[in-house]
Amino acid sequence: MPETLVKSPDREFTVEERSQAQLVFRRFLQHRAAVVSLCVFVVLILLAYVGGWLWKYDAGQYTPDNSVPPSWDHPFGTDSAGRDQFAQVLRGTRISLQVSVSVAILATLVGTLWGSVAGYFGGWVDTLMMRISDLVLTLPLIAVAAMLAHNFGGSWYLIALVIAALYWAYVSRVARGVVLSLREKEFVEAAKALGASDTRIILRHLVPNALGSILVNLTILVALAILLETSLSYLGFGVTPPDTSLGLLVSEAQTALTTRPWLFYFPGLFIIIIALTINFIGDGLRDAFDPQQTKVRQ
Amino acid sequence: MTSEQIDLAPSRRKGAAGEVVLEVSNLDVTFPSGDGPVRAVRGVDYTLHRGEVLGIVGESGSGKSVTSMAVMRLLPTTAKVTGEVRFDGRNLLELSESEMTRVRGSKIAMIFQDPMTSLNPVYTVGAQIAEAVRAHHDVSKAAALDRAVQLLDKVRIPNARDRASSFPHELSGGMRQRVVIAIAMANDPDVIIADEPTTALDVTVQAQILDALKAAQQETGAAMVLITHDLGVIAGQADRVMVMYAGKPVEIGTAEDVFYTPRMPYSLGLLGSLPRMDRPSERLTPIPGSPPSVVNMPPGCPFGPRCPKHTEVCDETEPELRATTSATHLAACHHAEALVGAEAEDVFDTEVADHDALAQLAEETP
Amino acid sequence: MSEPLLSVRNVVKHFPIRSKGLVRRQIGAVQAVSDVSFELAEGETLGLVGESGCGKSTTARVVLNLIPATSGQVLYKGRELTGISRGGMRELRRELQIVFQDPYASLDPRMPVNEIIAEPLRIHGLYADGGREQVRTLMQTVGLKPEHGNRYAHEFSGGQRQRIGIARALALRPKLLVLDEPVSALDVSIQAGVLNLLDELQSELGLSYLFVSHDLSVVRHIADRIAVMYLGQIVETGTSEQLFTAPAHPYTQALISAIPLPDPRKERARERITVVGDLPSPANPPSGCRFRTRCPKFANELTSEQQTRCVEQPPELVDRGDGHPSSCHYAESRALL
Repeated sequence: MPETLVKSPDREFTVEERSQAQLVFRRFLQHRAAVVSLCVFVVLILLAYVGGWLWKYDAGQYTPDNSVPPSWDHPFGTDSAGRDQFAQVLRGTRISLQVSVSVAILATLVGTLWGSVAGYFGGWVDTLMMRISDLVLTLPLIAVAAMLAHNFGGSWYLIALVIAALYWAYVSRVARGVVLSLREKEFVEAAKALGASDTRIILRHLVPNALGSILVNLTILVALAILLETSLSYLGFGVTPPDTSLGLLVSEAQTALTTRPWLFYFPGLFIIIIALTINFIGDGLRDAFDPQQTKVRQ
Repeated sequence: MTSEQIDLAPSRRKGAAGEVVLEVSNLDVTFPSGDGPVRAVRGVDYTLHRGEVLGIVGESGSGKSVTSMAVMRLLPTTAKVTGEVRFDGRNLLELSESEMTRVRGSKIAMIFQDPMTSLNPVYTVGAQIAEAVRAHHDVSKAAALDRAVQLLDKVRIPNARDRASSFPHELSGGMRQRVVIAIAMANDPDVIIADEPTTALDVTVQAQILDALKAAQQETGAAMVLITHDLGVIAGQADRVMVMYAGKPVEIGTAEDVFYTPRMPYSLGLLGSLPRMDRPSERLTPIPGSPPSVVNMPPGCPFGPRCPKHTEVCDETEPELRATTSATHLAACHHAEALVGAEAEDVFDTEVADHDALAQLAEETP
Repeated sequence: MSEPLLSVRNVVKHFPIRSKGLVRRQIGAVQAVSDVSFELAEGETLGLVGESGCGKSTTARVVLNLIPATSGQVLYKGRELTGISRGGMRELRRELQIVFQDPYASLDPRMPVNEIIAEPLRIHGLYADGGREQVRTLMQTVGLKPEHGNRYAHEFSGGQRQRIGIARALALRPKLLVLDEPVSALDVSIQAGVLNLLDELQSELGLSYLFVSHDLSVVRHIADRIAVMYLGQIVETGTSEQLFTAPAHPYTQALISAIPLPDPRKERARERITVVGDLPSPANPPSGCRFRTRCPKFANELTSEQQTRCVEQPPELVDRGDGHPSSCHYAESRALL
């Protein structure tokens, strides 16, 4: 061998080391609508949680200005009792977000576990568990939610519990589908050949790999929950005063639609913005988690 | 049988053997990527003569497939392609999309690894071949269908007449690939580009397809570019061989030149890496390391980091192709002369495991 | 002869074909493996060769008890694996390991390489610290840099990933490795490195290999003995030398002559034995000899009385005067290389 052989530097990896999370983040950044939506959504959260504190009016506070249209002093106007609508919308957003995020997390946890177990074991376990999910899915959502909320409802966490009790079945179907395809992957067979227990395979291999799809689904669930909460509150089965939510605000403003339209349009606008941005974020996440997507977008 | 007969000989008068039909010069292909531009092909030159089979061999990522996709203009629009592809007196890279469509299929036929990419699932295979026949001969549908059956028979499909009324999904992978070859024959092309035509198939079926390809090439008098990673297939089919590495040809010559007197360490290592069925087992000579990533490629010879003959000059300048044993046998290596008379095991190391670690592992038992 | 490490006796594996709909009656069966028997001695390599759909991978999985056999026995050191308890099998997994074909699919994309290699140690509760030292040694042994242990599988090349798979299989220090097409997804220059590595590991660690492959050249290189499979059955078996110098079954002959040699002069001058047509459906295999529908001998050389025998009587796998067993009524060894 020639003497001049130079030990070349580590050329095995010319691309710098990146964790899975970094890759996902980079790909997410390439989805412009998702990034813009994420910014808008963060601003919304800040407004709801911090803005409410800083704003000169409190949501429950009666000001001397009754039914004024939007102005510098009251950017969203006031209602007939003189309450500042901006403060009201912020508080409504806060409650609505709390409800929907709780629903999403709760339903995802239960649904993922349920679906993974069903998908992994298959056979009669799968059949039984999925029939139960199907049963939940066949329930007329609004009617049952309204009935449950009417009997137990009132505060936001009870509403969240009721909605989650109906939505987990959706998640379980998604999780089962993902697990069914993952189960056939060679790395699962490899784990079996190593002697791994079922619990280990589900928790260490299946769930982490299904996480992408589950997270995407979670965002969509937030949007769905916010819409269902709105419907329930509008129908009068959701959050009840003195608490408020965006749905309740819309409901209270319906009689004023022609005389004081601002009372109706601003909470409505917020509902649309939240649902829209979350959908875009979910879209971006879906692309980001897709390992096939290694190239830049065209 | 209808009274109409189609001349089985090539419809148009083709030029003399040895004439250049396709000339690729300075072909470069770059794809954008998140980590910077990917230079998939970096200056490919080759000429294809009438009636010859040029084998392009290389491992995955060597740019062998991208080269022909670029020639056929089948790459996505994000790819930046420069250079020249001379065919029929024109530069294919400058043709309009509609002109190019006319060239594809009729004058240059392409055969892919997966035949389903070129077959239409909703028409019978007979109809698809007949359509190709009618595109070039002014004959009745019945006559075209007869010709289709003849062609299916030529690519050795049993019961050709019955098979002509099958849909692609009713056929096995090997059968489909033969149908694609029959379509190529019907188009009477000047050039057939076959991109890994047998990779997805079992060996016994591969042998059948290679026969069918040979028949197609002889029947049409076309020149063929055969792209494969299988050196055995190249040895049996190709007149001339081009070895590609990291987007560039590194050795070109006749099959004998490249297989018996390789002048590029990469080719030598590749041949030494192949287990041989015709000899009792001997040590293989793997090439250490992996091919370079074509993103952020360092200067110098791309094979340098894996090459035992590597010296300082290899890090500084990338070697150009130059004549070695004869004017037609070219190799891109600064040390081509050092390979005269060398066997793979003289150049490459056969040990791969770390023996200290292995001994340690052998000692401990969990 | 001493007791073989592994013996497979009359293994049959059928996959049921079910009707669609609610009841899902069984309407047939894919006969993936039909009565396969072989033995593997300690330190030996047995090559199981055949084309896709011949049942070689299914056989490998039955051996490891990853799928249950329909009937037949698999004995490891005289202990029956078929019908063993889960706990019993778990213990045996330390001695029986597998390396998969696809280095992309067989490594969990969400686990760093360190974790992948340490997983078997964790599962079996070896090494309290998760075997960090052991993982380093394993990575070095297979030619990987331990510094790269924090990277994910997708950052490695195919050859490196296959080495990760080998390191994982070695972690428990098994006696028998089932190698399911371990190099067929790799480029030639990389494949050679993995084959040499397997060679060195075998001689140093005294492993036995069951090497499943469709590539006869690779099998000739690595195996001591070879069994050729066609449509769920072994059609010929013998030492590597016997099979390549004097193949007796027409299928083995066709297989050998179909594999191109990387040598232009030899390749162009070779005698060819070609088979016609495609593989019949394993759900409905031909009667008698399963190869007869594609057999060049059946089609070209046999008289009609002789053919009747092929159609009616399944040939047994016995020595017919060629020095090694083959399952052809009219077996006749030929030199092809």
